[in-house]
Amino acid sequence: MSEEAITKTSYHIPVGPIHPALKEPVYFEFELSGEKIIDVNVKLGHVHRGVEWASRKRNPIQVLYLAERICGICSYCHPAAFTLAVENACDIEVPERADYLRVVQAELERICSHILWAGVAAHEIGFDTVLYFTWQIREKALDLTEFLTGNRVTKGIMTIGGIRRDITPDMLPRIKRDMQFFKDNFEKLRHIFLDDKTVKMRSQNAGILTKDDAIKLCAVGPTTRASGVKKDVRTGESYFAYGDLDVKCITPKDLTGTVNGDVYDRIIQRLLEVKQSIELIEQCIDEMPAGDIVSEPKIPKLMNQIKKIEGEGVGRHEAPRGEVIHYVKFDGKSENPYTWKVRAPTYNNILPWIPMLKGEQIADIPIVAASTDPCMSCTNRVAIVKDSKRYELTKEQLHKLSVEKTRRLMK
Amino acid sequence: MMKKKVTPEEVVKYFKDEFKTKIKGAKIVKRKFGSKKKESYYVWMKVDRTVFKDSIEHLIKLQYPHLAVASGNDIGKIIEIIYHFTLNYDQPLEEIILNISVELPKTDPTIDTISDIIPGALITEREKMEMLGITVKGIPDSSRVFLPDDFPEGVYPWRRDKTGPEKYYKNLHEVKK
Repeated sequence: MSEEAITKTSYHIPVGPIHPALKEPVYFEFELSGEKIIDVNVKLGHVHRGVEWASRKRNPIQVLYLAERICGICSYCHPAAFTLAVENACDIEVPERADYLRVVQAELERICSHILWAGVAAHEIGFDTVLYFTWQIREKALDLTEFLTGNRVTKGIMTIGGIRRDITPDMLPRIKRDMQFFKDNFEKLRHIFLDDKTVKMRSQNAGILTKDDAIKLCAVGPTTRASGVKKDVRTGESYFAYGDLDVKCITPKDLTGTVNGDVYDRIIQRLLEVKQSIELIEQCIDEMPAGDIVSEPKIPKLMNQIKKIEGEGVGRHEAPRGEVIHYVKFDGKSENPYTWKVRAPTYNNILPWIPMLKGEQIADIPIVAASTDPCMSCTNRVAIVKDSKRYELTKEQLHKLSVEKTRRLMK
Repeated sequence: MMKKKVTPEEVVKYFKDEFKTKIKGAKIVKRKFGSKKKESYYVWMKVDRTVFKDSIEHLIKLQYPHLAVASGNDIGKIIEIIYHFTLNYDQPLEEIILNISVELPKTDPTIDTISDIIPGALITEREKMEMLGITVKGIPDSSRVFLPDDFPEGVYPWRRDKTGPEKYYKNLHEVKK
């Protein structure tokens, strides 16, 4: 121990690489003064697998399945953004029906993801009964996904120029029944999260992200919308069938009249979006035009077409966590992409963590970090704690601290 | 912070008026989706390296953009960095994706940082440094983001030349062509 350590008034606590909130790896280094967080440093890259490089050896159809495996929860969003990028680069038109079917899949994934998140958030503050309740609803959403795509997680539904499975009239009653189930349970969820005193105590005025910071740090998705920035790819850009549908960019203002940008607002935001997704699916089912579901069913013909393309394209989709953007470049010599760049929403939501966590207590780390719904496998890779003076706070200890704070507040 | 909406044509004109010949290959791509065939807009342009920072400052005078990400290509003797911006994002169906590309010669792959004017650019700039081996002048934090600390210096995973990752993967992963 040097003299420097004695004169230092603040402590450094490394949290991670096991994630403090989700079971995914990210590494935080907190500078603390007592219980209060003064500064945060985030390190990424623990699960970087070089998929962008791997795409150089694969044709676009093969890349679709690679993209699907970037993240388990966003297993539709990445292929969707990749497909849009390829279609933009190669100027491939998509049948109208496929545009609507793509929206149904996208919104169903949003329901799954937001409800999963609601359960995780409840778990973080020590409400495990809510975790089981929400995941029961999510199970229903997964069953519906299986019914529509044949798979529960990696759906394998996207293809270049359309979609792989149609929704036939005999499938509609089941979809409508499930949508009704979600609506009924949505009210219960709304009541649990928005009216409960303890949830409010833990989430109001915690982890505030101001509108100005959200814009400057380029935050995306529910994280930025909960701070009052009206940024939603679904309303901003016409893609899939979103240009036809009645979709409004919602912020917590629609429910409470004010925007605070705290954890509570991010809870409201996601709940409102679940409701919006249910309505969008119903709209799609009602307004869906008849026709083909794929523009070119013969893959070799499609590959030949792509082989001749020299160009680049950008594809964007509003994933449950925010805007996902893929960039694809073809060199005109091979059907394999020359460059493929994936940018998942959490990538942009890393920097906003810093203003959110500054000034908070250690026990708030799990819920604040979880409030952006981070997805590390999308974003990420490595950190070694060399300094023997530093001690590590495990996920369990941190979770315990968070639960204890809830109990304290309840007394 | 947000100013009034702009059209893709106005964006191109706005840049061409200011930087004249320093802007090359400006094009507007329009794509139609859904049954109502509403359009979405993509603007692509190449900006000369000497005016890159000025062009971003100029863009901020028009509207504070959302920087989605910067991507990069290794094209022979040149490294191309493409900044993907979004304009008009709070206007329904008026969003413009503005792609500004900058070409950097491999002999001197340096570019000015924009993280002082758009703080959200920090992670993506750091990623370009470690993945493509460029130098971002004036960046407040030049440490690695994704690559581990023990990854060798002078190897850049996205490069296609001899500084690329070839010698590291060959023995691990044989790919049949």
